[in-house]
Amino acid sequence: MLLVLLLAPGLIGLIRKEKARLLRRRGAPILQPYRDLLRLLRKEAVVAENASWLFRVAPYLIFAATWVAAALVPTFATGLLFSWSADLIAIIALLACARFFLALAGMDVGTSFGGIGSSREVMIASLAEPAMIMIVFTLALVAGSTQLSTIAAFMASPDVGVRVSLGLALAGLVIVAIAENARIPVDNPATHLELTMVHEAMVLEYSGRHLALIELAAALKLLLYVSLIACLFLPWGIARPQGGAAAALFGALAYVAKLAAGGSLLAVFETTVAKMRVFRVPQFLGAALMLGLLAALLQFFSTSF
Amino acid sequence: MLVVLCCVAALLTAACLGIGVARARLGTALLYGACLAASTVALMAALANLLAGAAVSDIVLPLGLPWLGAHFRDDALASFFLVVVNLGGATASLYALGHGRHEPAPQRVLPFYPAFLAAMNLVVLADDAFTFLLSWEFMSLTSWALVMAHHREADNARAGYVYLVMASFGTLALLLAFGLLAGPGGGYAFETMHVARSSLVSALVLALALLGAGSKAGLVPLHVWLPLAHPAAPSHVSALMSGVMTKVAVYGFIRIAFDLLGAPSWWSSMVVLSLAGVTTLMGVLYALMQHDLKRLLAYHTVENIGIVFIGIGLALAFRADGMAGAAALAITAALFHVLNHSLFKSLLFFGAGAVLAGTGERDMERLGGLIHPMPLVSGAFLVGCVAISALPPLNGFVSEWLTFQAIILSPGLAQWSLKILIPAVGAVLALSAALAAACFVKAFGITFLGRPRSPAVTKAADADRFSLAAMFLLASFCLVAGVLPGPVIDALSPLTRSLVAGELPTQAGTSWLAIVPVAASRGSYDGFLVFFFMALSALLSAWGVHRLAGRSLRRAAPWDCGYPDPSPLTQYSAASFAQPIRRVFGSVAFRARERVTMPPPGTPGAAVFHLELRDLAWDWLYTPLSRWVGIAADQLNQLQFLTIRRYLSLVFLALVSLLLIVALWT
Repeated sequence: MLLVLLLAPGLIGLIRKEKARLLRRRGAPILQPYRDLLRLLRKEAVVAENASWLFRVAPYLIFAATWVAAALVPTFATGLLFSWSADLIAIIALLACARFFLALAGMDVGTSFGGIGSSREVMIASLAEPAMIMIVFTLALVAGSTQLSTIAAFMASPDVGVRVSLGLALAGLVIVAIAENARIPVDNPATHLELTMVHEAMVLEYSGRHLALIELAAALKLLLYVSLIACLFLPWGIARPQGGAAAALFGALAYVAKLAAGGSLLAVFETTVAKMRVFRVPQFLGAALMLGLLAALLQFFSTSF
Repeated sequence: MLVVLCCVAALLTAACLGIGVARARLGTALLYGACLAASTVALMAALANLLAGAAVSDIVLPLGLPWLGAHFRDDALASFFLVVVNLGGATASLYALGHGRHEPAPQRVLPFYPAFLAAMNLVVLADDAFTFLLSWEFMSLTSWALVMAHHREADNARAGYVYLVMASFGTLALLLAFGLLAGPGGGYAFETMHVARSSLVSALVLALALLGAGSKAGLVPLHVWLPLAHPAAPSHVSALMSGVMTKVAVYGFIRIAFDLLGAPSWWSSMVVLSLAGVTTLMGVLYALMQHDLKRLLAYHTVENIGIVFIGIGLALAFRADGMAGAAALAITAALFHVLNHSLFKSLLFFGAGAVLAGTGERDMERLGGLIHPMPLVSGAFLVGCVAISALPPLNGFVSEWLTFQAIILSPGLAQWSLKILIPAVGAVLALSAALAAACFVKAFGITFLGRPRSPAVTKAADADRFSLAAMFLLASFCLVAGVLPGPVIDALSPLTRSLVAGELPTQAGTSWLAIVPVAASRGSYDGFLVFFFMALSALLSAWGVHRLAGRSLRRAAPWDCGYPDPSPLTQYSAASFAQPIRRVFGSVAFRARERVTMPPPGTPGAAVFHLELRDLAWDWLYTPLSRWVGIAADQLNQLQFLTIRRYLSLVFLALVSLLLIVALWT
């Protein structure tokens, strides 16, 4: 649990650095997000006059739900303690829980920016979540389980083979990951005061320690999706429960390498595409939903696809 | 069962007393107190029977038709639904102890309310077609009377009319279904109906049961009365109608399809699943477009009934293919959702009632910021919102998770058409879960958060003690059923044994209170641990941040990117919150049209935004139907003005043609 917490801001820092380098800027150091979080934590929290108890409780709930979800994803080893307590569907639902409270918090003060963010966030989620569930169906039918540890162990074993449905599921998962983490082309994480912003609009009223927790939760969510893609589709090097310390160490190194690779790919992708209009996003996500549905349908017809 | 019947008798007595005491000062408290006591006793009796393994008991009372008597029977299925009915009844009575004070015309509610509760109990207990239909119609009529309690308000008369027409139609369909089940011998008792039938007859019975029970439960396109009638009733009655009466309809369908009909063929599940999928999606989309809080909740009932019927359809498909374990999983998911929905929908309607009592408003566009004057109501309402949005660790998630697990088992089915349909239904279920979350972000966010949109809000105060007790009781049930789902699943196993001849593995012995529907390697969910970890990490982070970082807090004006506007009208409203989703889905599903009329340049008039949404069920089905009925009535009107000779010749012709039919038939 602590590992993901420690690595998450580093991933954000790495992506920012690489994006800056790709734009021929020098960029802030990779450790900058840690410093930002510490600074935010130490500052006093400024809360709007008419903010309710929900506004102050929500950051902790959002952080807790995201953290539990992130801790349930196998990072460098499968079969960790309590990994069976929630399966992939429950992990998605935990993220939905965090988003539910974030959207409510955005509406709490009653500003127009908060409303715009919440309303668009739920629209994006209403398409991204079913796409994700369809991908889960596909994986569950391939591996015969919705348990993430079992799926990852199955993916690492040689009897997976090359399957059409897994390719479709990977494409869908990447689209969902981009949308869920508010990255370009769905949303721009670096923007303020722009009519197209979604995530930043919801957290506009937050400051100090509340903002720090929400930013940390966002970083955890990004890490969660990269780890998810890594453990499902690039399971090489992941340690088994019986592997011993050497396998675990190798798994950890491989995991860090996979995170770095995923972060770099995201940075390259974000610099090469432009942001979409908000009402193009449903089409983008609809594609993910259709890919997921197609993959699941293929699995329903024959387990060999 | 004798205890439950005594409680029903007590409720009926209370209904008669209600006529007398309605105008008395303490009448309201006395009557709801009696209902609370009777429902609680019945609840305890039914719960004890269910947990003790659901012993079957019969009673024949010398009531009703002289040669038939009134058969009552209490088995596992009946016990479970008695628990649901009486739990809803008890909490609604508790709520009404406080909320009933706001009733302007108690004499129109008090006599019918206990009768309504008694009727729902009788439907579940009935063991012959006559008693069932009589109780069913009694339930419809008493609820109709409660819908018409505020008959002077605009639209309520129309709601009552539409409800009466649809209820009569539903009873007619059920009457025909039981007629077919009884066969030419006329064996109306349920135990004589367990005989083999031709596939045509069972198909007809299933279609009629779907029409009859579906019209009461609110399956699309038979749902049209539901969003009109449920909000029109007083709030505790709305909770009963949405949370409990629709479940009695589900009971009717399960009783006919699984118990009386034997084993319907696999394609009947296709019909149920496709209707359920359409119902789920349309229900939640309609709900998202509403700005009347109670109507939003009523439309959302339509969605949840769809989810229940998805489970039922899956169970039908699995049972037809002989997959008993999977069928048990699907029917467990459906029944668990029946229980869950009765819990959180009652809770949400109670909350809406408290808002209505506190502010006099149901329209969300005139509410906002209620979390400040009503902190306790908003807390309980929030629990209901989280539960209904299928978010862990509350109970709504568990039943949806079980349904998803059942869907993942369906590639084992043999039929290709089911293999195409079930993934699509799964996608619909996932879509509607996400849309439900959006819907309840809207419902809670617009009503309770933000700034007040009308002066009525600032006058509001928290609800009375009884209402709050009922709401928090239900909220705690939502939490308990979500955190400890294992005992609920175990309590349902006598039902699955009798309905689909299969059962889930016993959950009592699993480690850490997890639920394992099929096998540990296929998937498990541990509500207790998820709740524990979430609570732990939330408390840990709160403690750590307050301890190690700062705890200072400053109140300031809202920031809003530097452009805050003091007018509350600049907030997002219910319509604008739903606008992105309306743009994505609405143009197809509702033919949504938006029109903005700008004043010509130089004139100081206001711009007008006009939004048009159409209910396709009305456009395509009911409006043409009522036009045809009108035309037919106009034509038949001539029959009223004939001479006696013509009437006599009509009678003669009818007699001759009937005799001819009889002669040719045999």
